[in-house]
Amino acid sequence: MAMLEVQNLHVYYGMIHALKGVSFTVSQGEVIALIGANGAGKTTTLHTVTGLLPAKQGSIVFEGKDITHVPAHKIVEMGIAHVPEGRRIFSQLNVYENLIMGAFTRKDKAEIEESLATVYRRFPRLEERKAQRAGTLSGGEQQMLAMGRALMSRPRLIVMDEPSMGLSPIFVNEIFDIIRVVSEGGTTVLLVEQNAKKALSIADRAYVLETGTVTMEGKADELLHNEAVQKAYLGE
Amino acid sequence: MSFLTYLKDGISLGSVYAIIALGYTMVYGIAKMLNFAHGDVIMVGAYTALMMITRAGLPALPAVLIAMATCTILGITIEMVAYRPLRKAGSPLAVLITAIGVSYLLQNIALLAFGADGKTFINVVSLPSLNLFDGQLVISGVTIVTVLANIVIMICLTLFVKKTKRGRAMQAVSEDRDAAQLMGVNVNGTISLTFAIGSALAAIAGVLLCSAYPVVTPYTGAMPGIKAFVAAVFGGIGSIPGAMIGGILLGVIEILGRAYISSQVADAIVFGVLIIVLLVRPTGLFGKNVQEKV
Repeated sequence: MAMLEVQNLHVYYGMIHALKGVSFTVSQGEVIALIGANGAGKTTTLHTVTGLLPAKQGSIVFEGKDITHVPAHKIVEMGIAHVPEGRRIFSQLNVYENLIMGAFTRKDKAEIEESLATVYRRFPRLEERKAQRAGTLSGGEQQMLAMGRALMSRPRLIVMDEPSMGLSPIFVNEIFDIIRVVSEGGTTVLLVEQNAKKALSIADRAYVLETGTVTMEGKADELLHNEAVQKAYLGE
Repeated sequence: MSFLTYLKDGISLGSVYAIIALGYTMVYGIAKMLNFAHGDVIMVGAYTALMMITRAGLPALPAVLIAMATCTILGITIEMVAYRPLRKAGSPLAVLITAIGVSYLLQNIALLAFGADGKTFINVVSLPSLNLFDGQLVISGVTIVTVLANIVIMICLTLFVKKTKRGRAMQAVSEDRDAAQLMGVNVNGTISLTFAIGSALAAIAGVLLCSAYPVVTPYTGAMPGIKAFVAAVFGGIGSIPGAMIGGILLGVIEILGRAYISSQVADAIVFGVLIIVLLVRPTGLFGKNVQEKV
């Protein structure tokens, strides 16, 4: 059975019909990429999964539980963490406080310390800057902070929205390395990316979204060599 | 010596403004709305304390605690019934107008219940006055308690916001509501808590204000409410130390203006100073100049 099962999802922004029956599944341990052009509905899909947007129709089932109408603040406790587009770190708080915010729903003090140590091991730069105000970090560091913050909730599924956006090529590679490490650590990954080539290179499977519907799906390496995908999204 | 007396009166009045301004500034910082009914919660607090003392015959301290509890419940109820549904609808202007409506509603309920005549308030502070300089400067017990209360409240609030989990959740909601939700923060719960704290403080302010100026009418809260709003903007809306400094400065300017310039234009001076400050520093004295990296 799939870990996350999204079926026939319809979402509206006011009068705009943004998602028109999106369906996909994510199985335990997979890295799944959602690719597509601007405005295809990738971010909308993620926001609906984590409760920031209401679904008009359709269902979202996570680990056997229907979470379609569960409010956003309860989703994280169920095991899904969301790394939002544009990082959305708390710029007035320092790095440490941001990370602790990530563990907001947890009460196990000793284990939170352990998670913190794990995040610092994975992102040594964050430990170096733990007392620094998050707003003063560079873009790449902010992305690391956003990912570390999400990991602090010990998610079973981590949802990432455009983690490489606006970063220099060195940071892009670093971020994708980290995604691989997170996945190898046992966390399932649902990834939205404009950088389709990079996304497909680390994903197991992928879905292509076009104006609110899934138009293609398959194994990532197959899509990587698919002519239509290459033409539309890989710039070849 | 009269200058020191005026200064003392200014600091005392300003401390009341500061306590009210804290409620304004916290609600603005977290719910992103101006709760114009906040001033009238002060009046409800004052009436409640007075009724508890005169009708129920309670001593001052329990009466004040009951007033705080009443205002807390009132604040949470106002937020849930009047503001929350509109917040969901996503219209800040509608929330603002509703707040003005709630303000008139509270005033008119008080008018119905207690009549338009002022009721003599009973000083809740039984502390003796402090005589300085051979009795030339008299600092009343109410003044001492007001100033101390202001300092204690401000320290406690700062510690609460900076050091506790709930406080950090408030900071997170204040900065980015969606991101806070993704961390598991219940935004509506956090906003309710903010209203609860602000309203409890309003009750304290109401009791202290009416102990110093011992009359309470249905409109008692209106003008101090507006002044406190000015103080919050003056200090930089959203900032806790800003509210305190803004409140005290405003009180001092008002009393000195009344004493040395004219009691008729004292309020005009207060608002004039606000305009000048905002022209020079649009974010207020302690306003955050937020720069964000994209």
